[in-house]
Amino acid sequence: MTKKREVRIRVPLLTRVEGEGALDIAIRAGRIEQLHLRIFEPPRLFEKFLQGRGYQEVPDMVARICGICPVAYQMSAVQALERVFDVDPGDHIRAWRRLFYCGEWMQSHSLHIHLLAAPDFLGFDSVTAMAKRYPDEVRRGLRLQALGNDIIRLLGGRSVHPVGACAGGFHRLPAPDESCELLARLQAARDDAEALLAWTARLPLPDDDQDFVSVALRHPHEYPMNGGRLVSSAGLDIAIEDYPQHFTEFQVPWSTALHAGLHGEPYLVGPLARLNLNLDRLPRPVRQALDATGIDFPSRNLFHSIVARAAEILLALHDAIAILEQPPAHAPAAAAVSPRAGTGFGCTEAPRGILWHRYEVDAAGLIVEADIVPPTSQNQARIEQDLRQSLQHFGLDHDEQALRRRAETVIRNYDPCISCATHFLRLAVERR
Amino acid sequence: MTARPRIAVHKFSSCDGCQLAFLNAGEDLLTLDRLVDMVHFAEAGPVDEAAQVDIAFVEGSISTQADAERIRRVRERSGFLVTLGACATAGGLQALRNLADGAGWLAGVYAQPEYIDSLATATPIREHVRVDFELWGCPVNARQVLATVRALLFGVRPVADHQKVCMECKRRQAVCVLVTGRRPCLGPVTSSGCGALCPRFGRDCYGCFGPSESPNTDALGRRFEGLGLTPESIARRFLFINSHAEAFAEAGHKWMGKHDEKA
Ligand code: SF4
Repeated sequence: MTKKREVRIRVPLLTRVEGEGALDIAIRAGRIEQLHLRIFEPPRLFEKFLQGRGYQEVPDMVARICGICPVAYQMSAVQALERVFDVDPGDHIRAWRRLFYCGEWMQSHSLHIHLLAAPDFLGFDSVTAMAKRYPDEVRRGLRLQALGNDIIRLLGGRSVHPVGACAGGFHRLPAPDESCELLARLQAARDDAEALLAWTARLPLPDDDQDFVSVALRHPHEYPMNGGRLVSSAGLDIAIEDYPQHFTEFQVPWSTALHAGLHGEPYLVGPLARLNLNLDRLPRPVRQALDATGIDFPSRNLFHSIVARAAEILLALHDAIAILEQPPAHAPAAAAVSPRAGTGFGCTEAPRGILWHRYEVDAAGLIVEADIVPPTSQNQARIEQDLRQSLQHFGLDHDEQALRRRAETVIRNYDPCISCATHFLRLAVERR
Repeated sequence: MTARPRIAVHKFSSCDGCQLAFLNAGEDLLTLDRLVDMVHFAEAGPVDEAAQVDIAFVEGSISTQADAERIRRVRERSGFLVTLGACATAGGLQALRNLADGAGWLAGVYAQPEYIDSLATATPIREHVRVDFELWGCPVNARQVLATVRALLFGVRPVADHQKVCMECKRRQAVCVLVTGRRPCLGPVTSSGCGALCPRFGRDCYGCFGPSESPNTDALGRRFEGLGLTPESIARRFLFINSHAEAFAEAGHKWMGKHDEKA
């Protein structure tokens, strides 16, 4: 009966994702004939704007690529610039930066879990609808999100496009009393974060076992955030500057964001990839809370991403508390930087996965060329691969409504940030 | 206005940071949901672009033909239209493309132009349709956004404040980074709204909230020159987050001209 059925699923504007995208699927005779995650948000051409700008302007400029993960852009950028200038900001700056980044993970992950993803699993269209049935859970999520924002504010003044970071360190470090007050509130949030992790594990998540390659940073002793080597579940282990030798970017007609491949194949970046590859780097209490969920990690079920996000919120909270309990030195706020010509690479773990930067700088500290690869572009091919597999697994004979709903759930599960993804078109072609 | 005002949040070319004024609002977001009928806000869930609304918030600038048409439709269906942030109000950072030397590099960028609908410019909403109220800032100040919503719910016209960042520094007793730190601070010509964030962090303001009332950009540019900045780097100060805002565009072009003379 289903053999001749032709179904076209069109989602003209994806909801509960950051940025603008659409989905087109054509199913004929029980087969997916065409499947496009269409990204049509216009590119904002940041790599071009960066050319000719001073290195001091870079953190403020790249922040504007994404309102949800500006810290990630700033952290990858300052890392790359410091490598060009051969500056070591020191252990205390590394600790403050990790704290800064913990804030962004908490904010971004809580926003995604509660406002974007969980409504799918519980059958709501929005967080406000979900809040009517699950008021306590939603408020707990909003509290964690706010706490993440407060951490960012401590070091950056505001949570969207914070103004604190610079090459060498920060423009200003918090005074001891400011961080004390925040520490007390972080300590009080432990129960919230633990309860959230347990709650995500109990959500009615679809069971969908898939084969995929995970890519993440790996650090000698920390759960990765601001440094490490690039590793994959298929045995890759490279320095970040070797990224272009293994990863390629290419344009497809249906997306204003470049796709990417690892040795030509789709791969996953983001919380599940990170967790799968770095379980042994979790601090003991976080590992115990994760084990208590009863879910076996590494997991091959992409829908466990929401659990991974909750685990990373707990990790970020744990690390933020640990950092503030033994506060790093409050001075100097930044190491001295003197510009020189060269090329530098930066790669950090944005909430949505690895964010790779390369800058070529001239002797005066002006940017000659910039190259930025955001996580969502990297995940696009994997999302399409996942959709094909999971819709097949779900059953293509479901009615259109159900197929559409499932497809949207699959996409949202990746927390795509389309605004980020489309800010880049390779500009190499323009050189005449 | 009906009992529960109908509200829409539309996105154009942007980073989504200004919408976060709603999504980061915590308890206020839940309260807002009781007070208004949110009919279109794609990132939060509801989608009904064609709906007639009382208040429309618009984030982002116009940089495609399709968007130029979409904003016209939005205008037709909206009672009161508020721009949300630098992108919508003044083009935002991506308006830097308007400064590029014509179609030159854009043609190069679009090696496969058939795939991409894009204009050579990124322009503020005001250049396309009538705007009832403008909120500046990159990002907007969340408190201002909620205050605007509150004012409109009470049927009161919100008021804009374009006092200088300098005033805010004085109020907050921040040390002047221009006088004391000799940093090229845009505070003397920029609207406050951030709470003098950069000066309080010991760094120069870079103009997120756009030109203030009567901005003396000439005097400030000369001051920067006195600090030892080149004409080119003075131009870059003005041509950043709000490069398309009139006062900043004018100043930027002037210093760019001086740079070209020298070259
Ligand atoms: S004004 Fe700034 S914060 Fe707002 S959407 Fe534009 S880039 Fe993002």
